[in-house]
Amino acid sequence: MLFEPDHYNEEGEFVVNMGPQHPSTHGVLRLKVWLDGETIKKVEPHLGYIHRSIEKMTESLSYRQFIYVTSRMDYLSAHINNQVCALVVEKALQVEVPARAQAIRVILAELTRISSHLLWFASIGLDLGGVTPFFYAFREREAINSLMDENCGARLTQNFMVPGGIMKDVLPNFQQRVKEVLKQFKDNYHEYDEILTGNVIFQNRLKGVGILTKEDAIAFGCTGPTARASGLNCDIRKLYPYDGYEKLQFDEITSTGGDCWARYEVRMAEMKQSVKIIEQLIDNIPEGEIVGNTKKVIKLPKGEFYQRVETARGELGVYIVSDGGTTPYRCKYRSPNFANLSAIPHIARGHKIGDLISIMATIDLIIPDIDR
Amino acid sequence: MFIKEYFGGIFKAIKSLLTGMKLTGYYFTHLNKIVTEEYPDNRATLKMPERFRGEVIMPHDENNEHTCTGCQACELACPNGTIKIITKQEVQADGKKKKRIDAFVYHLDMCTMCNLCIDACPSDAIIMGQNFEHSQYERKYMKKVLNKPGSRLKDGVE
Repeated sequence: MLFEPDHYNEEGEFVVNMGPQHPSTHGVLRLKVWLDGETIKKVEPHLGYIHRSIEKMTESLSYRQFIYVTSRMDYLSAHINNQVCALVVEKALQVEVPARAQAIRVILAELTRISSHLLWFASIGLDLGGVTPFFYAFREREAINSLMDENCGARLTQNFMVPGGIMKDVLPNFQQRVKEVLKQFKDNYHEYDEILTGNVIFQNRLKGVGILTKEDAIAFGCTGPTARASGLNCDIRKLYPYDGYEKLQFDEITSTGGDCWARYEVRMAEMKQSVKIIEQLIDNIPEGEIVGNTKKVIKLPKGEFYQRVETARGELGVYIVSDGGTTPYRCKYRSPNFANLSAIPHIARGHKIGDLISIMATIDLIIPDIDR
Repeated sequence: MFIKEYFGGIFKAIKSLLTGMKLTGYYFTHLNKIVTEEYPDNRATLKMPERFRGEVIMPHDENNEHTCTGCQACELACPNGTIKIITKQEVQADGKKKKRIDAFVYHLDMCTMCNLCIDACPSDAIIMGQNFEHSQYERKYMKKVLNKPGSRLKDGVE
C-alpha cells in the first residue's frame, strides 16, 4: 500500500486496508481487501500486530508459571485456556485430578463459554448496526463476571487452575450463586430472540452469506461452532473427553447451512447446552480434595505431550516437548482462531464488503489468540 | 403473487421491529430494572469481593510486625520478576546472626495478579489487597516497598 502511487492497481481493483484499527475487527487485525466496485476480489489477512511471543516466553517459565500467560491468548475463554495447560501437565505426570476439582473446573469452563458467547452475541449486534442488544447480553455477562470475581479473584484473566486441580476451594455460596446466574440467564434468554434473532434486517444480513462447506471446513482446519455450523462433528468434549465430560449428557449442536445464519444459530443453541451441563453438575459437586498429588517443583518426564480442549471458539491444543527439566523445551499452541481466520479469504470472495463484516462477526475472531 | 410476497415481507419486518421495540420500551418504562453501576459515584459503598486480586500487600499487626522470613519463595514463583527481596543479617538477642528482610520490593507495574506468590508463601506473609485504583502520574510510584519502616519479624515465625 505504501509504495503504490494510488489506490488502484493495474487491473483496476481498489485496494483498501480494513484495520489494524477498525471497529468491527475487535482487535488489531489488518485485512487487505481487493475490491471491484463493492465486490470483494481477494482478502489477505496481515498478522503480527499483537504478537507477544507467548510460546517463546513459555520456554523460560516453569510448569506452574506458564498457565497464567495463556489467559492472555483467548481472553474470553481464559479458564479453558488455563485448563488445557493444567491438563497437559497432569497427563505427563499421570496425576489423578480429584472429582471435586474436575466438577468445579467444568462448571467454570461452561460459565466461561456462556459468557464468551454472550459477548459474541453483543458484538455481532454492534457490528451489524444494532447497539441495544449489546446491553442485554452484557447484563447476564456481568452476572457471570461477578461470580468469577468472587470465586476466582479476577473477572477475565482468572488463573484459577493449577496442575492437579484448582487453586482454592470455591466459596460456600457457590452453588446458590451459580443457580442465580443460570436462572437470570434462562429468564432473559427470550429477550435475545425478541430483539435480534427475529429481526428481519438482521436475518437478511446473515442468511446465505459466507457459505463454508463441510469439505472446506475440513481443508482449512476450522473447528468449534464455525465448523459445526457446516455439519462437521468436531466437539472435543465428545470426541476426546477430558475432566469428566464423558459422564455428562449434552448434545453436540450441528447445522448443515454453513452460512452466517447457521453459525449464529449454533452459538445460540450452544449456550443452552452449557446451561444443561452446569445444571447436571451443580447439585452433585463431590466432596473431597481440590488438588491432586503434585510436587512443589514440577519436572515433566522426557518426551512429547499433547492435549486438546474445546474452547468457546474451537479446538485449542497444546504441544509440549520436555527435556526432563523444570521448563518446557518447546511449546506450541494450536489456536482455533488462527485456523478459523484462514477460511475468511475463501468464503468472503465474491461477496460485498458489508458481508465481510457479517462473516468476521460470525466467525468470532479473537486477535490475541491468532498472534499469541 | 409478487405483490403479496412484497407486502408480506414489509409487514413481517415491521412486526419484528415492533417486537424489539416493545422490549426496549419495557425497560424504558421499568426504571427499577436498570442494572448499571455508577462506579465513580458509588465509591463510598463499593465493596470488592474478599478474593479480589487488586495488589500484593503485606499485613502488619499492631506491634508493626510481619511474618515474612525472607525465604524468597514468592520471588521464585513470580513469572514476571515483580518481587525483589533484599535481605540483611541481623544480630539477635542471643548474639546469633539471622537473615531478615531489609526491603520487600514490589513492582506493581509488572504484576499480573496471578496469585502465584500468595500460593507459594509458606508463612502467609503476603496477601492480595482489594484496592484496584492504581493509576499514577509517574512510573516510579509503581515501585513499592511492602514492609513498613521499622517493622520486624513476628516472634516464633521461622
